Amino acid sequence: MTRIVSVEGIARRFPGLTVFQDVWFGIERGEFVCLVGHSGCGKTTILNILAGLDRPDAGNIVVDGMEITGPSLDRAVIFQGHALMPWLSAEANVGFAVSCRNPGWGKSKVRDAARAALAKVGLTDAAARKPSQLSGGMKQRVGIARALSVEPKLLLMDEPFSALDALTRGSLQEEVSRLVTEAGQTAFMITHDVDEAILLADRILLMTNGPQARVAEVVHNHLPRPRIRADLHHMPGYHPLRDHIMDFPITRSRTLAGTAPADYDARNPPAVHLGG
Amino acid sequence: MPQKVPFWRSALLSLALLVLFLGAWEIAVRPPAATGPALDPEYAALLGQAAQQGQQTPMPAPSDIAKRLVELLSDPFHRRGTNDQGIGLQIAWSLWRVMVGFLIAAAVAIPLGFVIGMSPLLNAALNPFIQVLRPVSPLAWMPLALYTIKDSSISSIFVIFICSVWPMLLNTAFGVASVRREWLNVARTLEAGRWRTAMRVILPAAAPTILTGMRISIGIAWLVIVAAEMLVGGTGIGYWVWNQWNNLSIADIIIAILMIGLVGLALDRLLGAIAQAVAWQE
Ligand SMILES: Nc1ncnc2c1ncn2[C@@H]1O[C@H](COP(=O)(O)OP(=O)(O)OP(=O)(O)O)[C@@H](O)[C@H]1O
Ligand SMILES: [Mg+2]
Repeated sequence: MTRIVSVEGIARRFPGLTVFQDVWFGIERGEFVCLVGHSGCGKTTILNILAGLDRPDAGNIVVDGMEITGPSLDRAVIFQGHALMPWLSAEANVGFAVSCRNPGWGKSKVRDAARAALAKVGLTDAAARKPSQLSGGMKQRVGIARALSVEPKLLLMDEPFSALDALTRGSLQEEVSRLVTEAGQTAFMITHDVDEAILLADRILLMTNGPQARVAEVVHNHLPRPRIRADLHHMPGYHPLRDHIMDFPITRSRTLAGTAPADYDARNPPAVHLGG
Repeated sequence: MPQKVPFWRSALLSLALLVLFLGAWEIAVRPPAATGPALDPEYAALLGQAAQQGQQTPMPAPSDIAKRLVELLSDPFHRRGTNDQGIGLQIAWSLWRVMVGFLIAAAVAIPLGFVIGMSPLLNAALNPFIQVLRPVSPLAWMPLALYTIKDSSISSIFVIFICSVWPMLLNTAFGVASVRREWLNVARTLEAGRWRTAMRVILPAAAPTILTGMRISIGIAWLVIVAAEMLVGGTGIGYWVWNQWNNLSIADIIIAILMIGLVGLALDRLLGAIAQAVAWQE
């Protein structure tokens, strides 16, 4: 496997507050990585830095051999609050992204590509509707279609489903799982939902509580694919994996917070292999 | 909770109030019938006609005004010399000045407001000037305009420009500055570029706020043009009102008030319709 993203010792500080420091991790091509951690440990900040919307105070991020200096079409973001433009129809929202990716395309070509992207998330019939006329789940689907329509090298998601009800969340998780697997899409996602992480991720990064948060542990998820949400808890290895991750935010993230243990190597946080 | 009133009921009430008002007016100004102790005919002859009318131009009744209205509207665009132009023509003059002044103001205020809204530095730097100039009555600029421009018509256009520039400038700056961070982030992650972001994200996002500014501006401009034309004279509905006052044609003045109101309403509705077209809803 080849490394597509490599996060090299980044830190982010605000006056009087070091949110996180010495964060190292990599993402392989085609891999799905989830970041799990308590509220306020700096997850959104890390994602924004990966997106190029924010800058680290130390360290840097290399994507495809190039240090990132700002946002790029190669790193698409699915925002937590869908961030659709309310004056544009679903199709035009996706079309805006398509035309940014392909500035030379004519109107009809852009429209066809936008329709195709919407069809992939099952929104063919809602293409002409404005966001205000769509349900929360549909809006987030448009957001997914928009992000995928630019064919990014890396897909970034900040708790994309946290605002949705459990049923909608479930079906969108499976949809993202399918789309990402089909396209061999490399993805990085922040989540609070352990089952979501288990369903989607190849690797799960566990962060300690802030301030001065760091990656405490990397859990490799060896549950075989395809994973079906409804059957997940019947899979051998599921329960030990789940218990291990659940245990983290409740007890271990607190005891691990603050100064790292003596044998802790920020470049190689302890790895745990489960589910296989 | 105020309940939704059916249209026909409010319309009926409006009509009733209008009839009541006009009726009361009609009766109030009707010359008293020659009853009561008759005036000594010799005394009356001595005082002449004026005494019977209280030595004043009588307040016209609605029926007189209606007659005059028909007269004026039967030939609204006539032109018999500079001092005798139809009321339609006068309104057209005023509208023309408002349009020119307003459009120039929009052409200046919207781009400038855009820049101010995007740059906190420029915003802070220009703010003192705006704060001082904005509360100045636009008519206070008139002498300066007349002195520098030396043309009364262009001076009133300048005054319209000055009074309509502020609401558009402030609203545009505010609308642009308060565009949601997340939409700007979307544009940034899509590498949309400055121009594309401005035209496809910021402009539509701020459009409702900008239109509100334009609507306020055109309302103020229409208020100010009447006063400006009264000052500089020549043509326009404001000048016409002043002229009719000098002629003591009270009916004409009342008709002018009505016309000014109706045109103002039409302008407001026009901008309202455009605002509707660019409005968006979350
Ligand atoms: N502009 C800022 N100035 C000062 N502090 C900030 C700023 N932005 C973020 N922080 C702080 O950085 C920390 C991390 O914020 P961040 O949004 O990344 O957390 P998070 O892990 O995404 O939390 P959540 O799970 O609640 O979304 C928080 O303590 C926050 O208060
Ligand atoms: Mg967050």
